[in-house]
Amino acid sequence: MMRERSWTRITGIENIPPREGRSVAIGELELAIFNLNDRFVTIENRCPHKGGPLCDGIVSGTTVVCPLHGWRFDLDTGAGVRASSPACVTTFPTRVEDGIVLVDVGSGRRIAPEEAVAF
Amino acid sequence: MKQLVVVGNGMAGVACVEQILKHKHDFEITIFGDETHVNYNRILLSMVLAGEKSAEDIVLNDLDWYRRNGIRARLGVRIANIDRGARVVTDQEGLATPFEKLILATGSSAFIPPIPGVEKKNVHVFRTLDDTRALLEKARRGCRAVVIGGGLLGLEAARGLQLRGCDVSVVHLFDTLMERQLDSAGGAYLQRKIESLGIRVLLPKQTQTLFGNGRVDGLRFSSGEELEADLVVIAAGIKPNSELARKAGLSVGRGIVVNDYMETSDPDIFAVGECTEHQGRTFGLVAPLMEQGKVLAATITGNRGPAFTASVPAAKLKIMGVEIFSAGSTDDAEPGVETVRYEDPALGIYKKLVLKNNRLYGVILVGDTSDERRYTQWLREETDLSAQRKHLLFPPPDADPGLEVAAMPDSEIVCGCNGVSKGAIIEAIHEHEITTLSHLKTCTRASTSCGSCTNLCQQLLRAVAPEFEEETRTTLCSCLPFSYEQLRDIMRGQQLKSVQEVLNVYGNRKGCEVCKPALSYMLDMLWCGGHEEDRSARFINDRVHANIQKDGTFSVIPRMRGGVTSPAELRRIADVAEKYNVRMVKVTGSQRLDLLGIKKADLPHVWADLGMPSGQAYTKGVRMVKTCVGTEFCRFGVQDSTSAGIELERRLENLFTPHKVKMGVVGCPRNCAEATVKDIGMVGQDGSWQVVVGGAAGKTVRKADLLITVETTEAALEASELFFQYFREHANYLERTYDFVERLGIEKIRKETVYAPDTEKRKLLDRLQRSKALATDAWMEREAPVHPTQFVQIEPLEKGLEKTLA
Repeated sequence: MMRERSWTRITGIENIPPREGRSVAIGELELAIFNLNDRFVTIENRCPHKGGPLCDGIVSGTTVVCPLHGWRFDLDTGAGVRASSPACVTTFPTRVEDGIVLVDVGSGRRIAPEEAVAF
Repeated sequence: MKQLVVVGNGMAGVACVEQILKHKHDFEITIFGDETHVNYNRILLSMVLAGEKSAEDIVLNDLDWYRRNGIRARLGVRIANIDRGARVVTDQEGLATPFEKLILATGSSAFIPPIPGVEKKNVHVFRTLDDTRALLEKARRGCRAVVIGGGLLGLEAARGLQLRGCDVSVVHLFDTLMERQLDSAGGAYLQRKIESLGIRVLLPKQTQTLFGNGRVDGLRFSSGEELEADLVVIAAGIKPNSELARKAGLSVGRGIVVNDYMETSDPDIFAVGECTEHQGRTFGLVAPLMEQGKVLAATITGNRGPAFTASVPAAKLKIMGVEIFSAGSTDDAEPGVETVRYEDPALGIYKKLVLKNNRLYGVILVGDTSDERRYTQWLREETDLSAQRKHLLFPPPDADPGLEVAAMPDSEIVCGCNGVSKGAIIEAIHEHEITTLSHLKTCTRASTSCGSCTNLCQQLLRAVAPEFEEETRTTLCSCLPFSYEQLRDIMRGQQLKSVQEVLNVYGNRKGCEVCKPALSYMLDMLWCGGHEEDRSARFINDRVHANIQKDGTFSVIPRMRGGVTSPAELRRIADVAEKYNVRMVKVTGSQRLDLLGIKKADLPHVWADLGMPSGQAYTKGVRMVKTCVGTEFCRFGVQDSTSAGIELERRLENLFTPHKVKMGVVGCPRNCAEATVKDIGMVGQDGSWQVVVGGAAGKTVRKADLLITVETTEAALEASELFFQYFREHANYLERTYDFVERLGIEKIRKETVYAPDTEKRKLLDRLQRSKALATDAWMEREAPVHPTQFVQIEPLEKGLEKTLA
């Protein structure tokens, strides 16, 4: 069953510089929002390996690299993109309206490791 | 005094005069040069074209040299006639200069093939400094440039033009590039490499016409095809300038004919350089010309003896990052010769040996010239190779390379950082069919942290993987297919100042965590801090100027120059530790204090409360100078190490380096502050300082090499600065000084730093000063952050979940 989208207004787009991420706490959730130049994406701000802050990672194309031990995740699907790290992170639908980044905080999705395409 | 006139102010003529000056002689020397420049290094013109060197950088003999040696230099004067009867040379104005001895060093000029249209505008040759300057005026980014000629000079011109941003094509008459040095297979390897760098190669192509209305618009080939061009460079070879000699009635073939003593058919007239012809051969490479100069100098000063033997022609070149070596006769169609070949298309390596009677007769190496010395020796000594036939291409292996890994049990941990055992690695190699170290890293994470097990992993791969491929670390990463050296060339030549620009033009546009920080460093270094800083290309530590810890908090280490602090500073540090609930205050191994467990958002406030500058403990930059108390307090001290250390730290602080730089200054050889295991150390002696470099007490332990011993503190500081800047400019990113010193060799480093000519030293120090002038204390970003949310977590405009729950 499809759930209704429920968008939460997070912040102005100018608060997240291109190719960088910023964290935001919403209740118990801590999210990492990234500016990919052509769009914004949101994942949980916690590396499944040792809990590293993914918002502080270097962005490489549409992936982010955890600053602690270099685990890499696809920002669109949340898939861990290393053969040895099938762990995935939760992604959240994100869009921009009137210069504000909106996230559907209740529609987080985490794909199963076997769905992740390793390379 | 006897009048010696030299016609020609180029490399061969002036080198010969330099040799004459070494002998006892009674000449009054006059040198005529038709270029208006002093003698410069013609070989480096391509670097001037590429923007890597300036015209001043390639000067070999400045005006002062002529003055000092009492040589009359007549520059911009062309000699039009030699009157052998009257013993005078006459310039184009009719002015006569008498001579008793005459040296012709008229060199060669660009050969211009008889193609209709070569007189059109924007058709150039590439032979002199003036040619280069003319080209520089035309070579604009996006300009379509065509080089006619795929020999050494043509390819160098192509590279220079490409680095200027031109869209370059090379057109060659033959079906092999550099056909004089290479065979068709070797030429194909070179061609592939050049094409991969984005230069178009068209061959075999005979240019029939250069078309265009006054200005060249393009080339038409004999095949009928056309190629549009805004700029054409003709590099179709050289021809000896022998006209002057011919008019004077000297014996002339293609060049001015000389005997083994460099004498022409007139006993008082000699010739040297590219204008000569010896035993039917003319010359274009520099080595035989220098040899000629020595022989001629001996002959003309009455020391006739050494004879010029045109030894085995050998050429060692580096074109667009491809190493090439060619020597002897490489024609394998000659009767009685045998050929041995090796090719690796993936690595771009090609080797061919031509043997005759079990002796080396000729050799071509492309892509890997590491064995060049062995082959040169075999050629020169005509070594009988019967016993070595099995090891012609590769020297025999020394010992059992697999012994070390064979002795390890499967359960033994190979990578301590990531806890990967030998057994796990072997399993992964089989399961994922791993053949390279980078694939092994991706699959097992072994050797991805400190890197000290890299060798062991490679040995395992070599022993286990059926098709192990050795990776020579020539490219920075797979995002950008260039070596560090090439990248520096590209950034400099193309005036690229931001990471994203480099990635967009030369890379995959994305970049990654490996290349982005490396490119950031290189741009900062190359432009002496005048690059366009892009924080998204920096590791988190360099975005917030603190060291990220395992829990995502940060550590803060203020600068404490020379390890010297004060009660007031200590009080502030204590206050900060309490105010921000610092989890641990730790004395570091570098004589500083570390405040651990600080939240990102607190960083600017902590820095403000400390009121101390950043200690750069989080970055690849200047860490600290560790000192002992020296003559101030110590009863054994012989130098004021504390003051010297503080001064050294002040001079270098806030600068960035390829890897961290830790320094130490000690006041006596007891070495209490361990200067001999630091990247740069100053060891005080009675009346002198030893400056040592490349020491380590990290994952490797290495005693530093002595760079130089000097008498004054200022001289020791300067030697340290020279090494520091040299390391900044030449080390690969993430290369510590101890690896750097071993890779380059301390002799080379000494030669290019402390023993370099004053002008070179000045340049190194100038670049250091320029960088220093723009370097600032990173913690001042507390007052002027580069971005409003640089340190803070974003406060959401509305509370999402509460809304959902409500």
